[in-house]
Amino acid sequence: MIAFLRLLSRNRLALAGGIVMLCVVLLALIAPLLPLADPDVTNTAHRFKTPFTEGALLGTDHLGRDLLARLLWGTRLSLMVGFAAAMIAATIGAAIGIIAGYFGGRTDNLIMRGVDMLMAFPYILLALAIVAALGPGLFNALIAVATVNIPFFARNIRGVTVGIAHREFVDAARLSGMSDARIILTEILPNVVPVIVIAMSTTIGWMILETAGLSFLGLGSQPPQADLGSMLGEARSALITNPYTSVVPGVMILIIVMAINLLGDGVRDALDPRLKSGALSRPMAATLVNRTGPVPEPKGNGLLEVQDLETQFHVKNRVYKAIDGVSLHVKPGECLGIIGESGSGKSVTALSVMGLVASPPGVITGGAVRYDGTDLIGAPYKHLREMRGKNVAYIFQDPLATLHPLYKVGDQLIEAIRSHYSISSAEGRKKAIDLLRAVRIPNPEKRISDYPHEMSGGMRQRVGIAMALANDPDIIIADEPTTALDVTVQAQILALLDDLRKTRGLAIVFITHDFGVVAQLCDRVAVMYAGRIVEEGPTKAILDAPMHPYTARLMACVPELGEGKRRLEAIPGLPPVVDNLPTGCAFAERCHKSQTACRGSDIALVFDTGRAVRCLFPDNPNAEAAQ
Amino acid sequence: MAGYILKRLLSAIPVLFGITVIVFLIMALIPGDPATAILGAYATPENVAKLNRDLGLDKPLAQQYFIWLGNILIGDFGTSFALNRPVLDEVLERFNATLILAGTAFVLCSIFGIVAGVVSAANQYGLGDKAITFVVLLGISIPSFFLGMMMILFFAVNLRMFPVSGMWPIYGARDLSALISHLTLPALALAVVATGVIARLTRSAMLEVLRQDYIRTARAKGVPERGVIWRHALKAAMVAIIPVLGIQAGFVLSGAVYIEIVFQWPGVGRMLVDAILKRDILLVQGGVVFVAACYVIFNIAVDVAQSMLDPRIKT
Amino acid sequence: MTAALELTDLSKTFPVSRNLLGRTTASVKAVHPVSLEVSRGETLGIVGESGCGKSTLARMLVGLLEPTTGTIKIQGDALDTSDAAKFGKRIQYVFQDPISSLNPRKTIRQIMEAPLKQLHRMPRAQRNARIADIFTSVNLREEFLDRYPHEFSGGQAQRIAVARALAADAKILILDEPVSALDVSVQAQVLNLLADLKAQLGLTYLFISHDLAVVEAVSDRVAVLYFGSVVEIGEASDVFRAPRHPYTKLLADSAPVVGRKLAAPESWETELPDPLNPPQGCAFAARCPLASDLCRSTVPRLDENGGVLVACHHPLD
Repeated sequence: MIAFLRLLSRNRLALAGGIVMLCVVLLALIAPLLPLADPDVTNTAHRFKTPFTEGALLGTDHLGRDLLARLLWGTRLSLMVGFAAAMIAATIGAAIGIIAGYFGGRTDNLIMRGVDMLMAFPYILLALAIVAALGPGLFNALIAVATVNIPFFARNIRGVTVGIAHREFVDAARLSGMSDARIILTEILPNVVPVIVIAMSTTIGWMILETAGLSFLGLGSQPPQADLGSMLGEARSALITNPYTSVVPGVMILIIVMAINLLGDGVRDALDPRLKSGALSRPMAATLVNRTGPVPEPKGNGLLEVQDLETQFHVKNRVYKAIDGVSLHVKPGECLGIIGESGSGKSVTALSVMGLVASPPGVITGGAVRYDGTDLIGAPYKHLREMRGKNVAYIFQDPLATLHPLYKVGDQLIEAIRSHYSISSAEGRKKAIDLLRAVRIPNPEKRISDYPHEMSGGMRQRVGIAMALANDPDIIIADEPTTALDVTVQAQILALLDDLRKTRGLAIVFITHDFGVVAQLCDRVAVMYAGRIVEEGPTKAILDAPMHPYTARLMACVPELGEGKRRLEAIPGLPPVVDNLPTGCAFAERCHKSQTACRGSDIALVFDTGRAVRCLFPDNPNAEAAQ
Repeated sequence: MAGYILKRLLSAIPVLFGITVIVFLIMALIPGDPATAILGAYATPENVAKLNRDLGLDKPLAQQYFIWLGNILIGDFGTSFALNRPVLDEVLERFNATLILAGTAFVLCSIFGIVAGVVSAANQYGLGDKAITFVVLLGISIPSFFLGMMMILFFAVNLRMFPVSGMWPIYGARDLSALISHLTLPALALAVVATGVIARLTRSAMLEVLRQDYIRTARAKGVPERGVIWRHALKAAMVAIIPVLGIQAGFVLSGAVYIEIVFQWPGVGRMLVDAILKRDILLVQGGVVFVAACYVIFNIAVDVAQSMLDPRIKT
Repeated sequence: MTAALELTDLSKTFPVSRNLLGRTTASVKAVHPVSLEVSRGETLGIVGESGCGKSTLARMLVGLLEPTTGTIKIQGDALDTSDAAKFGKRIQYVFQDPISSLNPRKTIRQIMEAPLKQLHRMPRAQRNARIADIFTSVNLREEFLDRYPHEFSGGQAQRIAVARALAADAKILILDEPVSALDVSVQAQVLNLLADLKAQLGLTYLFISHDLAVVEAVSDRVAVLYFGSVVEIGEASDVFRAPRHPYTKLLADSAPVVGRKLAAPESWETELPDPLNPPQGCAFAARCPLASDLCRSTVPRLDENGGVLVACHHPLD
């Protein structure tokens, strides 16, 4: 709660809205205590006095009643009715929504049919019908506004409840012996309340507008009593001659509703966990670059050369060093593996190459990425875009999420080509079919007009590969392309990639967490931990005799097929969080060989006979001699 | 596709049936009887009883309902007491005016709302985004009837750019240019709120979509940013926007009631408010059922549009 | 000795479409009738690819899903399969995603207390002592009890989830992909913890996973599921070393293993069976190199064959 208020007050607009609202509510509350004229006493002798005249600060209306008094009393009424309508609609709507969403099946069906029926009316028709039946009056208008809003709440809350009711913790509660009523009250409701509050705070303003509207039509508050809506309604006939009688109540409604909307948005932002972490920002077309240090000189290593690359995530005032000084290179026809656990920076390394790290919050803060010698970091967007997919192409992890769900796979392939070359659609279609054939999709002439959801996971990933091949790139960066796939499908995809590399001379950078995959596919491998490369070298050499203790222990704790039932060699502790890295070796905390020197200062990546290791006490005695 | 449309049309039948039940039941709640309303407070009890018999109001409720429903199905909505004219004729004529007003406003708010939302999302936290966000906030906070009144004051009275009210000039030709000049202010006033709602929704839907993996894929294959935003992202965002357009159409239709009053537009909303104040029950019943039925059919069109956009919806 | 857990002909059919009158017009058999026995103190591994019905099977075993046919017996007592509450004390479940299995708005203490209160009606003092006991056995500090789930890493959260399952004092745990969401270095910690708990408390496990190597490393016996049916059950040490069912062999050959050459183990035009229109005979026939006309017309039964149960007309030697 305190955290919520703090978040809310940090939002300047919401704070302003809150202060305005507080003043309005306060004025409305103390209206009976203020030395105001009686709002309902008519005095036709003083009709239409202009504002700021003696005895009538805001002037008088067509019956000579004091506008200021009427305004404050009217505000009081409008606020009360608006809040009451919102409370009633939210309570009943939420109850209906939770019951329908939690129980599902027939109950849900029946309730939602009813709700759909009510929503089939443009809302005012229903409100008008209700008022017509109950007769004009403020209380009846309140009932009408609350009733027509119940379906909106019910539908919204039902959707949220369905999502929560299928979460695993609800199943767990059931297995803990809880009854349905108890689950609804203690498991579902606390998770739905924020949504109810959000829905309410964003609709109170709307409710006030609606009740004011009914009063404006003469169907709400009845004279002499007036809320803001009926004040405006009565003033309408004098709009042209005495506009201020309309402006006063109108501006008041505007101020109230705007303040409530600002506050409501603030409440929503403070309560929505996704917005809380600042996650709901759109990634820009290319990662931000803010290089302060010098740009490393080209060394002429391979086709793609990553030098001392640093990419960080700036979230509020925290800095997460996702990768810190990563250097890699890959030659044509070579396959380089990058292996590491989640958070080790392997994907960020891959995405940094073509500026695809989401930014905000990502920022490339140092190093260089050289393609054929030219630096891509900080290159103009136009240049980067031209190279994407044409020189360096990507294959991503989950093929269902990475293909556009609303375009046919053929069109997505053709678009990949057309982004770089202008070709006719017949040509495009022919090339797309060829590509699908190249990744061995059976019956490509037919499959080209499939949507992604009509394909199996393995087929979709082949489309992903075909798309990467579309412009004959020199380098393919594959970011865990088989992690979401079943083993039998994974085997096919790996074989396909290996085949393509051999026939087309592609360079592949393959990111994975699986040693088995690296062993089968990669010539060289780099092991990453906490944003840095800890060991690098030929795959076979590293797998046969790992030098860094982390590599050795990571290999040991993964069970391998064919070794039978056994106890695993677990690594104690957790990987460090990259916004608070220890000095020295990041693995020292968990390492059985660590000594005081390991925690002292930065440890360099030491190269020796084709291998490199970042450790003061590596496992292989030969490496020690070289130091 | 034809099968899907047919299925949706069939599924609308129970909804339409439900609408007539709801409207009929609400009207049956009315205290007192329409005969008194028609004949006035000083009518003799004999006259009231006779009129009730003539109107079929002495029969059981269920029977009254089916008689009414049966008549509606053959296009007989009864006769308006106050206007002494068949309800359907009056409703059709008025609805025509409402359709021109609400339809124009709906087209305006859909276009402006979506464009503003996309531009806002594409420049998140930029100057354009902030300006649009502010204008949108103003738009959803202002009562449409107040906005309409202020527009009359400023554009019609002070600047004399547009006529103050009505749909046609009192004297002169009823041609398109006359209609447009009469339509401009009310249509704009009506469109403002819905534009705000659609712009807000489009912005958040776009922000959600732009974070998806397939947007990264599009960028990775080198699609120019314009294509990423206006083709890849907007198409996916439309899946969330289209249903809201359907709902907003209802809000535009609702807002039309106020605007018609403010601008003296001879539409169905003004007719309903007058009918309620005069307790002209048959006209209220007929008007509500007719407009609601049109809205149901419009929403079927929305669903069909949605299924054409999204191949994942089973047709 | 009676088996700790015995399923007889357990199956689940989901309706996928209904006509206007609410009658089912099409359905999917997620789990074909399965009969299994798990003896006390045993770990039975269940392995299969996505969509093979392993999670459906698991959810039926703890009463979260009512089976279409069949019975579940625990220690010889038949359970009422339509009432989830009856299951809690005897059989518990550990979910794949540890974070989403803990209610984000409850403290760990509230989460831990639920089974003690609801299932065992334990008074407060006793509850606290029991929670302390369990936390020691899963290597968690008691100060964690007053924190909320989002403050924990995946590995810690999974330990808490295991602790909750232990609190119900059930002797059988269904572990549904318990380490799939965890990083490899943390995975080993949790697997070792599970092995220790089993030895200490005399638990029986049903360990469900798609990862062949993990299943092999923790199980006594392994059942291989394909398209909703058990195709092979055997000793963990033998199943993948000497597979009898061609599907088991395909799985074993597909797993990436250090030192094995990369080769696609089956042809490119592989067709998976369509659940809405299942094949008449063996579900694997279309992918099987040994398939005969018999395979395409008759569903093979799960029969003993050289000490192993295998459902195949032409088992491998």
